Amino acid sequence: MQSLFEGLPDWLVEFPQIAGRTLRLMSRSIDQEYRAFSREWGDAIENFFRPLLDFLLWFENLLIHTPWWIVIAAIVAIVWFSSRSVKISVGTFVALILIGLFGMWEDTMRTLSIITVCTLMSILIGMPIGILMSRSDKLQAVVNPILDVMQTMPSFVYLIPIVMLLGIGLIPGLLVVVIYAMPPIIRLTNLGIRLVDKEVLEAANAFGSSGWQKLVEVQLPLSLPTIMAGINQTIMMALAMVVVASLIGVRGLGQPVLQAITNQYFTQGVLNGLAIVAIAIIFDRTSQAYGKRLQRHREASHG
Amino acid sequence: MAEPAIKIRNLYKIFGQRDREMVEKVKAGMSKTDLLAEHGHVLGLKDINIDMKPASIQVVMGLSGSGKSTLIRHLNRLIEPSAGEVIVDGVDVLQMSDKDLREFRRHKISMVFQRFGLLPHKTVIDNVAYGLHVMGKSASEQRDGAMRWIERVGLAGYEDNYPAQLSGGMQQRVGLARALATDADILLMDEAFSALDPLIRTDMQSVLLDLQKELAKTIVFITHDLDEALRLGDQIAILRDGEIVQQGTAQQIVLDPADEYISSFVREVNRGRVIQAETIMDTPAPPGQPASGSIRVEEGTVLEEVARRMTEEDSDRAHVVDETGDSIGTLTMRSVMAGMATPVLKDVVEDDAAR
Repeated sequence: MQSLFEGLPDWLVEFPQIAGRTLRLMSRSIDQEYRAFSREWGDAIENFFRPLLDFLLWFENLLIHTPWWIVIAAIVAIVWFSSRSVKISVGTFVALILIGLFGMWEDTMRTLSIITVCTLMSILIGMPIGILMSRSDKLQAVVNPILDVMQTMPSFVYLIPIVMLLGIGLIPGLLVVVIYAMPPIIRLTNLGIRLVDKEVLEAANAFGSSGWQKLVEVQLPLSLPTIMAGINQTIMMALAMVVVASLIGVRGLGQPVLQAITNQYFTQGVLNGLAIVAIAIIFDRTSQAYGKRLQRHREASHG
Repeated sequence: MAEPAIKIRNLYKIFGQRDREMVEKVKAGMSKTDLLAEHGHVLGLKDINIDMKPASIQVVMGLSGSGKSTLIRHLNRLIEPSAGEVIVDGVDVLQMSDKDLREFRRHKISMVFQRFGLLPHKTVIDNVAYGLHVMGKSASEQRDGAMRWIERVGLAGYEDNYPAQLSGGMQQRVGLARALATDADILLMDEAFSALDPLIRTDMQSVLLDLQKELAKTIVFITHDLDEALRLGDQIAILRDGEIVQQGTAQQIVLDPADEYISSFVREVNRGRVIQAETIMDTPAPPGQPASGSIRVEEGTVLEEVARRMTEEDSDRAHVVDETGDSIGTLTMRSVMAGMATPVLKDVVEDDAAR
């Protein structure tokens, strides 16, 4: 093989890459620029997120300091009223009791609170973006590739700039989780609204609906199944990301898992992993059952 | 004659990016085929002019692709025109601002759709109340207004059902009630009954005619079905390839089709249900009392009805009376039969009438 290409100029044999020195220089100067930026703006940005941090801490403390039986009662009640399913409610109760028995109550409450806040933030930011996207093909063309990058970029990579900017702690952890978990809600809100039956929309127009009326009365309700699927995906991705976020100091079920990896504590890893699975299943089944209940009108066939 | 409720003037619609430029080319005589081949634009409507009378049913008939659904969507501007005017109550709909247009759609004009266009996540009563809801009426006004129309179209007891729980015919009753509930003067019906089974379609036509007797709205009805057009239409306009080919009453179209295209349609029509007694009667009526055994039919009665009554009364003569009860002409069983026979050449009917 090698003899075949003998006599060819070097740059046709070896890839003509940029000189190592230049590359090093380039990365160093970019890093320096970014460091300067974070020195200058880090505090301001942290202050901006301060209210969010306060809310998160308040919610976390609420869950941890309220007696466990009240928390369980409240969670089971929420599950029951959203799903109206005995199976899911009993399952939730049993799962929470087991989590408590195995000494994971506090970590679970921390994870629960960060997941709740992250999901709410993803919905609050993601849904309006999705709605705007559904109204403009141009915006869709711009946002879609950004979402692709957000979803496929290895999550460890955007840990770096966020840690450089904000240090280690809850806020950077929250940002990482939200960035990772938001794309599905944006995508599926956009898709859901675009899939709404054109004739129904035409009827809404023919009766003189304003843009807002169309959105609230027709587009959002009819795209709800798709949007609920997006919320469900968002919750699942947030849960997956919680373990990674523990790398930068987010406390909760992720930290014992991380500890178990470094120290080869098999049982601890599995137990905490199972607790994450339990939360995931509770969120998933409850949100799906709730979504289905909102769609009762679809099940009825005429007769 | 009353001022037209809706006047359409020189309306053009061309689908494509540079539609306004293309209007000039079409006005200069470019054909639909050339427009598509040379410029990639599709001619939707070409120089449409119609006067629609208030309180009557104007049917626009055409086969699929003739532009009839495009035309009706210009009346409430669900489709933007390329050129022309649509004047309702002296105002050009096509010049309205977004806000005026919304108010116009809320109060003046409402619409019934081919595939119903109901909101699947709302109950029957909320669907019917939708127009009132959009207007910003109070909850009780919405409920009362909606209930009245639900009862009027015969759906009482179904108000809490979802559309998916109803049959097609019932769903379209909901669509009709929703359109009537806003109390708009103008009702647009886009192939409203085309998706229904034939029996239910006839049934819905009767519902519409009954309502119309009472409400006297200006109805614009789109259909591809000539029988439906003849049954419902006070005035009929026939559309072909985006152009009006003939306008007139049912009888005018059946007796005097403007071209081969329309003749081929009307050949299959049951003339007995379209042609009216006074069209073929012998005039003037002989002076004095009508002959004994002659039955009395009112002006405007169709031939099928005349024949039915003659058979029932076992008579072979009839006399036609006008509104005041004066005899204005006579019919025999033979002339009625000749009038109903298909196909009847136009001059035969005229000969019969002249004799």
